[in-house]
Amino acid sequence: MKIAVCIKQVPTREWQPRLNDDKTWIRDQDASFEMNEPDAYALEEALRLKEKHGGEVVVCSAGPARVAQVIREALARGADRAIHVEDDGLASADAFVTSAALAAAMQEEKFDLTLTGLQSDDQGFAQVGVILAEKLGLPHATIIMEVQAESGTLRVKRELEGGWFQWVAMPLPAVLTIQSGINQLRYATLKGIMAAKKKEIRKAGVPAGLSGKQKIASLYVPEKGKKTQLIGGSPAEAAKELVRRLREEARVIA
Amino acid sequence: MILVIAEQSSGKLNRTSWETIVGAQQLAGMIGGDIAVLVAGASVGAVASELAAAQVKEVVTVESPALESYTPDGFTAALQDAITQLAPTHVLLPHTYQTRDFAPKLAARLDRALLTDVTGIKSAGADTAFTRPMFQGKLTADVVPQGPAPHFVTFQIGAYRVDQVVKGAAAAPLRALSVTVDASAIREKPEPPFQQAKQAVDLSQAERIVSVGRGIKEQANIAIAQKLAEALGAEIAASRPICDAGWLPMERQVGSSGQTVAPKLYLALGISGAIQHLVGMKGSSTVVAINKDPDAPIFEIADYGIVGDLFEIVPAIIEAVK
Repeated sequence: MKIAVCIKQVPTREWQPRLNDDKTWIRDQDASFEMNEPDAYALEEALRLKEKHGGEVVVCSAGPARVAQVIREALARGADRAIHVEDDGLASADAFVTSAALAAAMQEEKFDLTLTGLQSDDQGFAQVGVILAEKLGLPHATIIMEVQAESGTLRVKRELEGGWFQWVAMPLPAVLTIQSGINQLRYATLKGIMAAKKKEIRKAGVPAGLSGKQKIASLYVPEKGKKTQLIGGSPAEAAKELVRRLREEARVIA
Repeated sequence: MILVIAEQSSGKLNRTSWETIVGAQQLAGMIGGDIAVLVAGASVGAVASELAAAQVKEVVTVESPALESYTPDGFTAALQDAITQLAPTHVLLPHTYQTRDFAPKLAARLDRALLTDVTGIKSAGADTAFTRPMFQGKLTADVVPQGPAPHFVTFQIGAYRVDQVVKGAAAAPLRALSVTVDASAIREKPEPPFQQAKQAVDLSQAERIVSVGRGIKEQANIAIAQKLAEALGAEIAASRPICDAGWLPMERQVGSSGQTVAPKLYLALGISGAIQHLVGMKGSSTVVAINKDPDAPIFEIADYGIVGDLFEIVPAIIEAVK
Protein backbone atom coordinates (compact mmCIF):
# COMPACT_ATOMS: atom_id res chain seq x y z
CA MET A 1 0.00 0.00 0.00
CA LYS A 2 1.28 3.41 -1.00
CA ILE A 3 0.50 5.77 1.88
CA ALA A 4 0.91 9.54 2.05
CA VAL A 5 1.04 11.41 5.36
CA CYS A 6 0.55 15.17 5.32
CA ILE A 7 2.34 16.86 8.20
CA LYS A 8 2.57 20.47 9.30
CA GLN A 9 5.21 22.26 11.30
CA VAL A 10 3.65 24.42 14.04
CA PRO A 11 4.95 26.51 16.96
CA THR A 12 5.76 24.45 20.07
CA ARG A 13 3.30 24.30 22.96
CA GLU A 14 5.73 26.27 25.14
CA TRP A 15 5.98 29.10 22.57
CA GLN A 16 4.92 32.50 23.88
CA PRO A 17 3.16 34.38 21.08
CA ARG A 18 4.68 37.57 19.69
CA LEU A 19 3.03 39.53 16.90
CA ASN A 20 4.55 41.10 13.80
CA ASP A 21 4.50 44.89 13.35
CA ASP A 22 1.16 45.13 11.54
CA LYS A 23 -0.41 42.62 13.96
CA THR A 24 -1.70 40.23 11.32
CA TRP A 25 0.70 37.33 11.93
CA ILE A 26 3.18 36.05 14.47
CA ARG A 27 6.89 36.84 14.52
CA ASP A 28 8.05 33.61 12.90
CA GLN A 29 11.68 34.33 13.73
CA ASP A 30 10.92 34.22 17.49
CA ALA A 31 9.08 30.90 17.38
CA SER A 32 10.41 27.40 17.88
CA PHE A 33 8.63 24.73 15.88
CA GLU A 34 7.63 21.07 16.10
CA MET A 35 5.50 18.51 14.27
CA ASN A 36 1.76 19.15 14.65
CA GLU A 37 0.66 16.58 17.23
CA PRO A 38 -2.30 15.00 15.38
CA ASP A 39 -0.05 14.68 12.29
CA ALA A 40 2.45 12.73 14.39
CA TYR A 41 -0.34 10.24 15.18
CA ALA A 42 -1.21 10.09 11.46
CA LEU A 43 2.43 9.29 10.67
CA GLU A 44 2.53 6.56 13.33
CA GLU A 45 -0.67 5.02 11.93
CA ALA A 46 0.84 5.05 8.42
CA LEU A 47 4.00 3.32 9.66
CA ARG A 48 1.91 0.64 11.40
CA LEU A 49 -0.17 0.05 8.23
CA LYS A 50 3.04 -0.32 6.20
CA GLU A 51 4.43 -2.80 8.73
CA LYS A 52 1.23 -4.84 8.39
CA HIS A 53 0.55 -4.58 4.66
CA GLY A 54 3.89 -3.59 3.10
CA GLY A 55 4.34 -0.70 0.70
CA GLU A 56 5.77 2.73 1.34
CA VAL A 57 5.11 5.83 3.43
CA VAL A 58 5.66 9.21 1.80
CA VAL A 59 5.58 12.28 4.01
CA CYS A 60 4.22 15.47 2.40
CA SER A 61 4.53 18.94 3.83
CA ALA A 62 3.68 22.41 2.51
CA GLY A 63 5.64 25.25 4.07
CA PRO A 64 8.79 27.39 4.03
CA ALA A 65 12.35 25.99 4.12
CA ARG A 66 12.22 25.48 7.93
CA VAL A 67 9.68 22.68 7.42
CA ALA A 68 12.60 20.43 6.44
CA GLN A 69 13.12 19.89 10.19
CA VAL A 70 9.83 18.00 10.68
CA ILE A 71 10.27 16.20 7.35
CA ARG A 72 13.66 14.85 8.55
CA GLU A 73 12.05 13.84 11.82
CA ALA A 74 9.31 11.91 9.99
CA LEU A 75 11.94 10.20 7.81
CA ALA A 76 13.91 9.31 10.96
CA ARG A 77 10.80 7.71 12.47
CA GLY A 78 10.48 5.50 9.39
CA ALA A 79 8.87 7.29 6.43
CA ASP A 80 10.54 6.23 3.16
CA ARG A 81 10.72 9.52 1.28
CA ALA A 82 9.22 13.00 1.26
CA ILE A 83 7.63 15.71 -0.85
CA HIS A 84 8.26 19.28 0.29
CA VAL A 85 6.05 21.93 -1.31
CA GLU A 86 8.29 24.87 -0.52
CA ASP A 87 7.18 28.50 -0.47
CA ASP A 88 7.52 31.23 2.16
CA GLY A 89 3.90 32.23 1.62
CA LEU A 90 2.73 28.81 2.89
CA ALA A 91 3.74 29.74 6.47
CA SER A 92 0.49 31.65 6.96
CA ALA A 93 -1.58 30.14 4.11
CA ASP A 94 -5.24 29.26 4.62
CA ALA A 95 -6.61 25.73 4.22
CA PHE A 96 -7.60 26.26 0.57
CA VAL A 97 -4.10 27.30 -0.49
CA THR A 98 -2.38 24.60 1.58
CA SER A 99 -4.61 21.82 0.27
CA ALA A 100 -4.37 23.06 -3.35
CA ALA A 101 -0.57 23.14 -3.05
CA LEU A 102 -0.50 19.63 -1.58
CA ALA A 103 -3.00 18.27 -4.12
CA ALA A 104 -0.92 19.54 -7.05
CA ALA A 105 2.23 17.89 -5.70
CA MET A 106 0.51 14.63 -4.71
CA GLN A 107 -1.82 14.10 -7.70
CA GLU A 108 0.57 12.10 -9.91
CA GLU A 109 1.70 9.83 -7.07
CA LYS A 110 -1.73 8.13 -6.96
CA PHE A 111 -1.55 7.23 -3.28
CA ASP A 112 -3.79 4.40 -2.06
CA LEU A 113 -4.35 6.10 1.27
CA THR A 114 -3.65 9.61 2.53
CA LEU A 115 -3.56 10.35 6.26
CA THR A 116 -3.25 13.65 8.08
CA GLY A 117 -4.07 15.04 11.51
CA LEU A 118 -7.62 16.22 12.16
CA GLN A 119 -6.47 19.81 12.62
CA SER A 120 -3.36 21.87 13.22
CA ASP A 121 -2.31 23.44 16.49
CA ASP A 122 -1.61 26.78 14.77
CA GLN A 123 -4.53 28.03 12.66
CA GLY A 124 -6.80 25.12 13.65
CA PHE A 125 -8.97 25.17 10.52
CA ALA A 126 -9.74 21.41 10.56
CA GLN A 127 -10.18 21.67 6.78
CA VAL A 128 -7.03 20.62 4.89
CA GLY A 129 -7.61 16.86 4.83
CA VAL A 130 -11.22 17.18 3.68
CA ILE A 131 -10.48 19.79 0.98
CA LEU A 132 -7.54 17.68 -0.21
CA ALA A 133 -9.91 14.71 -0.63
CA GLU A 134 -12.34 16.85 -2.62
CA LYS A 135 -9.56 18.21 -4.85
CA LEU A 136 -8.25 14.69 -5.50
CA GLY A 137 -11.80 13.40 -6.09
CA LEU A 138 -11.53 10.89 -3.22
CA PRO A 139 -13.87 9.80 -0.40
CA HIS A 140 -12.85 10.77 3.11
CA ALA A 141 -13.61 10.32 6.79
CA THR A 142 -12.61 12.56 9.69
CA ILE A 143 -11.58 12.21 13.35
CA ILE A 144 -10.53 8.58 12.97
CA MET A 145 -9.63 6.34 15.94
CA GLU A 146 -9.00 3.00 14.15
CA VAL A 147 -8.07 2.01 10.60
CA GLN A 148 -8.70 -1.39 8.97
CA ALA A 149 -7.38 -1.61 5.41
CA GLU A 150 -7.86 -5.01 3.76
CA SER A 151 -7.81 -5.88 0.05
CA GLY A 152 -8.90 -2.64 -1.54
CA THR A 153 -11.48 -1.62 1.06
CA LEU A 154 -11.22 0.55 4.06
CA ARG A 155 -13.17 0.39 7.33
CA VAL A 156 -12.52 3.14 9.84
CA LYS A 157 -13.80 4.09 13.28
CA ARG A 158 -14.99 7.69 13.40
CA GLU A 159 -15.19 9.48 16.71
CA LEU A 160 -18.53 11.22 17.26
CA GLU A 161 -19.30 13.60 20.09
CA GLY A 162 -19.83 12.64 23.74
CA GLY A 163 -18.17 9.21 23.71
CA TRP A 164 -19.97 7.81 20.62
CA PHE A 165 -18.27 6.14 17.66
CA GLN A 166 -19.23 4.83 14.25
CA TRP A 167 -17.64 2.48 11.75
CA VAL A 168 -17.64 3.68 8.13
CA ALA A 169 -16.57 1.64 5.10
CA MET A 170 -15.38 3.14 1.82
CA PRO A 171 -13.31 2.17 -1.21
CA LEU A 172 -9.62 2.96 -1.59
CA PRO A 173 -8.05 5.32 -2.50
CA ALA A 174 -9.27 7.60 0.29
CA VAL A 175 -8.24 10.36 2.68
CA LEU A 176 -8.52 10.11 6.49
CA THR A 177 -8.00 12.71 9.20
CA ILE A 178 -6.57 11.10 12.33
CA GLN A 179 -7.44 11.91 15.94
CA SER A 180 -4.71 12.22 18.58
CA GLY A 181 -4.46 9.13 20.76
CA ILE A 182 -5.27 6.60 18.02
CA ASN A 183 -1.97 4.82 18.78
CA GLN A 184 1.18 5.14 20.87
CA LEU A 185 3.87 7.21 19.16
CA ARG A 186 7.33 5.84 18.49
CA TYR A 187 10.46 7.93 18.69
CA ALA A 188 13.26 8.08 16.17
CA THR A 189 16.19 5.76 16.84
CA LEU A 190 19.81 6.74 16.18
CA LYS A 191 19.76 4.29 13.28
CA GLY A 192 16.61 5.97 11.94
CA ILE A 193 18.18 9.41 12.21
CA MET A 194 21.26 8.23 10.28
CA ALA A 195 19.12 6.52 7.61
CA ALA A 196 16.97 9.64 7.18
CA LYS A 197 19.95 11.57 5.86
CA LYS A 198 20.04 9.42 2.73
CA LYS A 199 16.29 9.49 2.03
CA GLU A 200 14.89 11.47 -0.89
CA ILE A 201 13.08 14.79 -0.38
CA ARG A 202 11.43 15.92 -3.60
CA LYS A 203 10.90 19.67 -3.79
CA ALA A 204 7.75 20.99 -5.46
CA GLY A 205 6.51 24.51 -6.13
CA VAL A 206 3.16 26.12 -5.47
CA PRO A 207 0.82 26.22 -8.49
CA ALA A 208 0.43 29.70 -10.00
CA GLY A 209 -2.66 31.80 -9.34
CA LEU A 210 -3.58 30.49 -5.88
CA SER A 211 -5.10 33.09 -3.60
CA GLY A 212 -6.42 32.69 -0.07
CA LYS A 213 -10.09 32.82 0.84
CA GLN A 214 -9.63 34.45 4.21
CA LYS A 215 -7.67 37.45 5.37
CA ILE A 216 -6.60 38.08 8.96
CA ALA A 217 -7.58 41.71 9.63
CA SER A 218 -6.06 41.65 13.09
CA LEU A 219 -4.44 39.21 15.47
CA TYR A 220 -4.32 39.85 19.22
CA VAL A 221 -4.09 38.35 22.67
CA PRO A 222 -7.62 37.28 23.68
CA GLU A 223 -9.72 39.69 25.66
CA LYS A 224 -10.45 38.14 29.02
CA GLY A 225 -14.07 37.15 29.37
CA LYS A 226 -13.98 36.83 33.13
CA LYS A 227 -11.90 38.77 35.61
CA THR A 228 -9.64 36.12 37.06
CA GLN A 229 -8.72 36.88 40.65
CA LEU A 230 -5.07 35.92 40.74
CA ILE A 231 -3.94 34.81 44.17
CA GLY A 232 -0.28 35.42 44.92
CA GLY A 233 2.12 34.66 47.75
CA SER A 234 3.97 31.51 48.75
CA PRO A 235 2.32 28.17 47.89
CA ALA A 236 1.08 27.85 51.48
CA GLU A 237 -0.30 31.42 51.55
CA ALA A 238 -1.93 31.12 48.13
CA ALA A 239 -3.48 27.76 49.03
CA LYS A 240 -4.88 29.10 52.30
CA GLU A 241 -6.33 32.17 50.59
CA LEU A 242 -7.84 30.08 47.78
CA VAL A 243 -9.55 27.75 50.27
CA ARG A 244 -10.86 30.76 52.20
CA ARG A 245 -12.37 32.29 49.07
CA LEU A 246 -13.86 28.99 47.89
CA ARG A 247 -15.53 28.64 51.32
CA GLU A 248 -16.58 32.23 51.99
CA GLU A 249 -16.97 33.92 48.58
CA ALA A 250 -17.85 31.17 46.12
CA ARG A 251 -19.26 28.82 48.79
CA VAL A 252 -18.46 25.75 46.74
CA ILE A 253 -16.64 23.71 49.39
CA ALA A 254 -17.53 22.83 52.93
CA MET B 1 -30.31 35.96 2.61
CA ILE B 2 -28.48 34.26 5.47
CA LEU B 3 -28.85 30.50 5.46
CA VAL B 4 -28.54 28.44 8.65
CA ILE B 5 -27.94 24.73 8.18
CA ALA B 6 -29.46 23.01 11.21
CA GLU B 7 -28.29 19.57 12.35
CA GLN B 8 -30.51 16.63 13.18
CA SER B 9 -30.03 12.94 13.70
CA SER B 10 -32.88 10.40 13.43
CA GLY B 11 -35.43 13.20 13.68
CA LYS B 12 -33.84 14.75 16.78
CA LEU B 13 -32.62 18.34 16.54
CA ASN B 14 -29.07 19.09 17.67
CA ARG B 15 -29.45 21.96 20.13
CA THR B 16 -26.39 23.74 18.76
CA SER B 17 -28.58 24.61 15.74
CA TRP B 18 -30.34 27.17 17.98
CA GLU B 19 -26.98 28.75 18.82
CA THR B 20 -26.30 29.14 15.11
CA ILE B 21 -29.69 30.82 14.65
CA VAL B 22 -28.71 33.33 17.37
CA GLY B 23 -25.51 34.03 15.40
CA ALA B 24 -27.57 34.47 12.22
CA GLN B 25 -29.91 36.89 13.99
CA GLN B 26 -26.90 38.93 15.13
CA LEU B 27 -25.42 38.94 11.60
CA ALA B 28 -28.79 39.93 10.07
CA GLY B 29 -28.96 42.85 12.53
CA MET B 30 -25.56 44.03 11.25
CA ILE B 31 -25.81 43.51 7.48
CA GLY B 32 -29.57 43.22 6.95
CA GLY B 33 -31.28 40.48 5.00
CA ASP B 34 -33.60 37.60 5.81
CA ILE B 35 -32.75 34.36 7.56
CA ALA B 36 -33.72 30.94 6.28
CA VAL B 37 -33.08 27.74 8.22
CA LEU B 38 -32.43 24.54 6.25
CA VAL B 39 -32.67 21.05 7.67
CA ALA B 40 -31.75 17.96 5.65
CA GLY B 41 -32.47 14.27 6.21
CA ALA B 42 -34.80 11.45 5.26
CA SER B 43 -37.76 12.77 7.25
CA VAL B 44 -37.36 16.12 8.95
CA GLY B 45 -40.91 17.49 9.25
CA ALA B 46 -41.01 17.47 13.06
CA VAL B 47 -37.58 19.07 13.37
CA ALA B 48 -38.57 21.74 10.82
CA SER B 49 -41.73 22.56 12.82
CA GLU B 50 -39.62 22.91 15.98
CA LEU B 51 -37.19 25.27 14.18
CA ALA B 52 -40.13 27.35 12.84
CA ALA B 53 -40.53 28.85 16.32
CA ALA B 54 -37.49 31.05 15.62
CA GLN B 55 -37.99 34.50 14.13
CA VAL B 56 -36.83 33.64 10.62
CA LYS B 57 -38.30 34.11 7.14
CA GLU B 58 -38.75 30.41 6.43
CA VAL B 59 -37.65 26.90 7.26
CA VAL B 60 -36.53 24.91 4.22
CA THR B 61 -36.69 21.12 4.30
CA VAL B 62 -34.45 18.97 2.11
CA GLU B 63 -35.63 15.38 2.19
CA SER B 64 -34.32 12.29 0.44
CA PRO B 65 -34.07 8.60 1.40
CA ALA B 66 -30.36 8.95 0.50
CA LEU B 67 -29.97 11.31 3.49
CA GLU B 68 -31.28 8.79 6.07
CA SER B 69 -27.78 8.29 7.50
CA TYR B 70 -25.26 11.08 7.35
CA THR B 71 -22.55 10.68 4.68
CA PRO B 72 -20.21 13.41 3.40
CA ASP B 73 -20.99 12.53 -0.24
CA GLY B 74 -24.77 12.56 0.28
CA PHE B 75 -24.92 15.76 2.31
CA THR B 76 -22.45 17.59 0.06
CA ALA B 77 -24.49 16.75 -3.06
CA ALA B 78 -27.83 17.74 -1.45
CA LEU B 79 -26.54 20.96 0.09
CA GLN B 80 -24.62 22.00 -3.02
CA ASP B 81 -27.89 21.76 -4.96
CA ALA B 82 -29.89 23.58 -2.25
CA ILE B 83 -27.34 26.41 -1.86
CA THR B 84 -27.18 26.93 -5.62
CA GLN B 85 -30.98 27.27 -5.67
CA LEU B 86 -31.21 29.53 -2.61
CA ALA B 87 -28.16 31.75 -3.43
CA PRO B 88 -27.50 32.97 0.16
CA THR B 89 -24.86 35.57 1.15
CA HIS B 90 -23.74 33.48 4.13
CA VAL B 91 -24.11 29.84 5.12
CA LEU B 92 -23.87 29.39 8.90
CA LEU B 93 -23.43 26.05 10.68
CA PRO B 94 -22.61 24.82 14.20
CA HIS B 95 -18.98 23.58 14.46
CA THR B 96 -19.98 19.99 15.25
CA TYR B 97 -18.08 16.82 14.33
CA GLN B 98 -20.58 16.29 11.50
CA THR B 99 -20.10 19.79 10.10
CA ARG B 100 -16.32 19.40 10.31
CA ASP B 101 -16.75 16.29 8.16
CA PHE B 102 -18.66 17.87 5.25
CA ALA B 103 -18.44 21.70 5.36
CA PRO B 104 -14.87 21.89 3.94
CA LYS B 105 -15.90 19.56 1.11
CA LEU B 106 -19.02 21.61 0.37
CA ALA B 107 -17.15 24.94 0.43
CA ALA B 108 -14.37 23.49 -1.74
CA ARG B 109 -16.84 22.13 -4.26
CA LEU B 110 -18.46 25.57 -4.55
CA ASP B 111 -14.98 27.21 -4.38
CA ARG B 112 -16.02 29.51 -1.54
CA ALA B 113 -14.48 30.69 1.74
CA LEU B 114 -15.04 28.69 4.95
CA LEU B 115 -14.26 30.18 8.37
CA THR B 116 -14.37 27.57 11.14
CA ASP B 117 -14.72 27.63 14.93
CA VAL B 118 -15.96 31.24 14.97
CA THR B 119 -16.86 32.82 18.33
CA GLY B 120 -18.21 36.24 17.30
CA ILE B 121 -19.03 38.74 14.55
CA LYS B 122 -17.66 42.30 14.26
CA SER B 123 -17.84 45.21 11.84
CA ALA B 124 -14.41 45.99 10.41
CA GLY B 125 -14.91 49.14 8.34
CA ALA B 126 -17.00 48.16 5.33
CA ASP B 127 -16.29 44.47 5.99
CA THR B 128 -17.75 41.98 8.38
CA ALA B 129 -15.07 40.17 10.37
CA PHE B 130 -15.46 36.87 12.16
CA THR B 131 -13.55 36.25 15.37
CA ARG B 132 -11.86 32.88 15.87
CA PRO B 133 -9.20 31.39 18.15
CA MET B 134 -5.77 30.54 16.75
CA PHE B 135 -2.63 28.90 18.13
CA GLN B 136 -4.59 26.80 20.65
CA GLY B 137 -6.39 29.87 21.97
CA LYS B 138 -3.19 31.79 22.71
CA LEU B 139 -4.25 34.37 20.11
CA THR B 140 -7.54 35.55 18.61
CA ALA B 141 -7.98 36.65 14.98
CA ASP B 142 -10.55 38.85 13.30
CA VAL B 143 -10.88 37.24 9.88
CA VAL B 144 -12.56 38.61 6.75
CA PRO B 145 -13.71 36.03 4.18
CA GLN B 146 -12.45 36.70 0.64
CA GLY B 147 -13.97 36.08 -2.77
CA PRO B 148 -17.58 35.82 -3.91
CA ALA B 149 -20.57 34.82 -1.74
CA PRO B 150 -21.74 32.71 -0.15
CA HIS B 151 -19.26 32.73 2.71
CA PHE B 152 -19.40 29.68 4.97
CA VAL B 153 -19.00 30.12 8.73
CA THR B 154 -19.11 27.51 11.49
CA PHE B 155 -19.72 28.68 15.06
CA GLN B 156 -17.91 27.20 18.04
CA ILE B 157 -20.26 25.28 20.36
CA GLY B 158 -21.29 27.65 23.14
CA ALA B 159 -20.32 30.82 21.23
CA TYR B 160 -23.97 31.86 21.37
CA ARG B 161 -26.53 30.99 24.00
CA VAL B 162 -29.64 29.03 23.09
CA ASP B 163 -31.77 31.19 25.41
CA GLN B 164 -30.86 34.30 23.37
CA VAL B 165 -32.76 33.12 20.30
CA VAL B 166 -35.49 35.53 19.17
CA LYS B 167 -38.75 33.66 18.66
CA GLY B 168 -41.31 34.73 16.06
CA ALA B 169 -44.87 35.93 16.84
CA ALA B 170 -46.12 33.09 14.67
CA ALA B 171 -44.46 29.97 13.32
CA ALA B 172 -42.28 30.59 10.26
CA PRO B 173 -43.55 29.00 7.03
CA LEU B 174 -42.09 25.65 5.95
CA ARG B 175 -40.99 25.02 2.36
CA ALA B 176 -39.88 21.74 0.84
CA LEU B 177 -36.99 22.13 -1.55
CA SER B 178 -36.42 19.47 -4.16
CA VAL B 179 -32.79 18.42 -4.64
CA THR B 180 -31.05 15.67 -6.56
CA VAL B 181 -29.02 13.12 -4.60
CA ASP B 182 -27.70 10.09 -6.47
CA ALA B 183 -27.65 7.38 -3.80
CA SER B 184 -25.43 5.16 -5.95
CA ALA B 185 -22.73 7.87 -5.98
CA ILE B 186 -22.37 7.83 -2.17
CA ARG B 187 -19.05 6.11 -1.48
CA GLU B 188 -19.13 6.06 2.34
CA LYS B 189 -21.15 3.26 3.98
CA PRO B 190 -21.81 4.17 7.63
CA GLU B 191 -22.71 1.65 10.34
CA PRO B 192 -24.92 2.55 13.34
CA PRO B 193 -23.26 4.71 16.02
CA PHE B 194 -22.30 2.97 19.27
CA GLN B 195 -20.85 3.78 22.68
CA GLN B 196 -17.48 2.16 23.35
CA ALA B 197 -18.15 1.27 26.95
CA LYS B 198 -21.07 2.01 29.18
CA GLN B 199 -20.12 5.20 30.94
CA ALA B 200 -19.88 4.13 34.54
CA VAL B 201 -18.99 7.64 35.62
CA ASP B 202 -21.46 10.42 34.96
CA LEU B 203 -19.33 13.51 35.49
CA SER B 204 -22.22 15.75 34.42
CA GLN B 205 -23.82 15.19 37.83
CA ALA B 206 -20.66 15.92 39.84
CA GLU B 207 -20.81 18.95 42.15
CA ARG B 208 -17.05 19.33 42.28
CA ILE B 209 -14.39 18.21 39.81
CA VAL B 210 -10.61 18.18 40.04
CA SER B 211 -9.28 17.92 36.51
CA VAL B 212 -5.71 17.25 35.42
CA GLY B 213 -3.83 18.17 32.23
CA ARG B 214 -0.39 17.82 30.71
CA GLY B 215 1.11 19.81 33.61
CA ILE B 216 0.80 16.71 35.82
CA LYS B 217 3.82 15.43 33.85
CA GLU B 218 3.66 11.71 34.66
CA GLN B 219 1.22 8.99 35.61
CA ALA B 220 2.54 8.60 39.15
CA ASN B 221 1.58 12.20 39.85
CA ILE B 222 -2.12 11.51 39.24
CA ALA B 223 -2.21 10.36 42.87
CA ILE B 224 -1.56 13.93 44.03
CA ALA B 225 -4.65 15.13 42.18
CA GLN B 226 -6.64 12.19 43.53
CA LYS B 227 -5.75 13.18 47.10
CA LEU B 228 -6.95 16.71 46.42
CA ALA B 229 -10.20 15.35 44.95
CA GLU B 230 -10.76 13.28 48.10
CA ALA B 231 -10.09 16.27 50.31
CA LEU B 232 -12.60 18.40 48.39
CA GLY B 233 -15.22 15.67 47.89
CA ALA B 234 -14.68 15.94 44.14
CA GLU B 235 -14.63 13.59 41.17
CA ILE B 236 -11.36 13.29 39.24
CA ALA B 237 -11.35 14.14 35.53
CA ALA B 238 -8.79 14.98 32.87
CA SER B 239 -8.11 16.66 29.55
CA ARG B 240 -7.69 14.56 26.46
CA PRO B 241 -3.89 14.01 26.45
CA ILE B 242 -4.07 12.38 29.91
CA CYS B 243 -6.71 9.88 28.75
CA ASP B 244 -4.89 9.31 25.44
CA ALA B 245 -1.84 8.32 27.45
CA GLY B 246 -3.97 5.90 29.50
CA TRP B 247 -3.21 7.65 32.80
CA LEU B 248 -6.94 7.94 33.49
CA PRO B 249 -9.76 6.03 31.75
CA MET B 250 -11.43 7.66 28.70
CA GLU B 251 -14.70 7.95 30.66
CA ARG B 252 -12.98 10.59 32.83
CA GLN B 253 -12.29 12.86 29.87
CA VAL B 254 -13.85 16.33 29.76
CA GLY B 255 -14.10 18.18 26.46
CA SER B 256 -15.58 18.07 22.99
CA SER B 257 -14.75 14.39 22.56
CA GLY B 258 -15.56 13.47 26.16
CA GLN B 259 -18.11 14.60 28.72
CA THR B 260 -19.64 18.04 29.12
CA VAL B 261 -19.75 19.08 32.76
CA ALA B 262 -21.13 21.99 34.76
CA PRO B 263 -20.15 21.49 38.42
CA LYS B 264 -20.23 24.11 41.17
CA LEU B 265 -16.43 23.90 41.34
CA TYR B 266 -14.05 22.97 38.52
CA LEU B 267 -10.43 22.95 39.62
CA ALA B 268 -8.04 22.69 36.65
CA LEU B 269 -4.54 21.45 37.47
CA GLY B 270 -1.91 21.98 34.78
CA ILE B 271 -4.55 22.37 32.06
CA SER B 272 -3.60 24.98 29.47
CA GLY B 273 -7.20 25.36 28.24
CA ALA B 274 -7.27 24.28 24.61
CA ILE B 275 -10.64 25.13 23.15
CA GLN B 276 -11.58 21.44 22.83
CA HIS B 277 -11.32 21.23 26.61
CA LEU B 278 -13.00 24.55 27.40
CA VAL B 279 -16.19 23.66 25.50
CA GLY B 280 -16.65 20.74 27.89
CA MET B 281 -16.41 22.72 31.14
CA LYS B 282 -17.13 26.39 30.58
CA GLY B 283 -20.59 26.02 32.09
CA SER B 284 -18.99 25.42 35.51
CA SER B 285 -20.07 27.92 38.19
CA THR B 286 -16.65 28.50 39.73
CA VAL B 287 -13.45 27.71 37.85
CA VAL B 288 -10.06 27.56 39.58
CA ALA B 289 -6.91 27.31 37.47
CA ILE B 290 -3.50 26.34 38.76
CA ASN B 291 -0.85 26.59 36.06
CA LYS B 292 2.79 27.60 35.78
CA ASP B 293 2.13 29.58 32.57
CA PRO B 294 0.49 32.94 33.36
CA ASP B 295 -0.60 33.24 29.70
CA ALA B 296 -2.40 29.87 29.60
CA PRO B 297 -5.87 30.32 28.02
CA ILE B 298 -7.47 28.61 31.04
CA PHE B 299 -6.96 31.88 32.96
CA GLU B 300 -9.33 33.61 30.53
CA ILE B 301 -12.27 31.71 31.95
CA ALA B 302 -11.06 31.10 35.51
CA ASP B 303 -12.61 32.89 38.49
CA TYR B 304 -9.60 32.21 40.68
CA GLY B 305 -6.07 31.55 39.53
CA ILE B 306 -2.76 30.64 41.06
CA VAL B 307 0.30 30.91 38.85
CA GLY B 308 2.88 28.47 40.11
CA ASP B 309 4.06 24.91 40.58
CA LEU B 310 1.10 22.62 41.13
CA PHE B 311 3.35 20.13 42.93
CA GLU B 312 3.89 22.74 45.66
CA ILE B 313 0.41 24.26 45.62
CA VAL B 314 -1.75 21.11 45.65
CA PRO B 315 -0.30 19.67 48.90
CA ALA B 316 -0.73 23.12 50.45
CA ILE B 317 -4.42 23.18 49.43
CA ILE B 318 -4.96 19.70 50.91
CA GLU B 319 -3.36 20.96 54.13
CA ALA B 320 -5.49 24.13 54.12
CA VAL B 321 -8.75 22.22 53.59
CA LYS B 322 -8.13 19.98 56.63
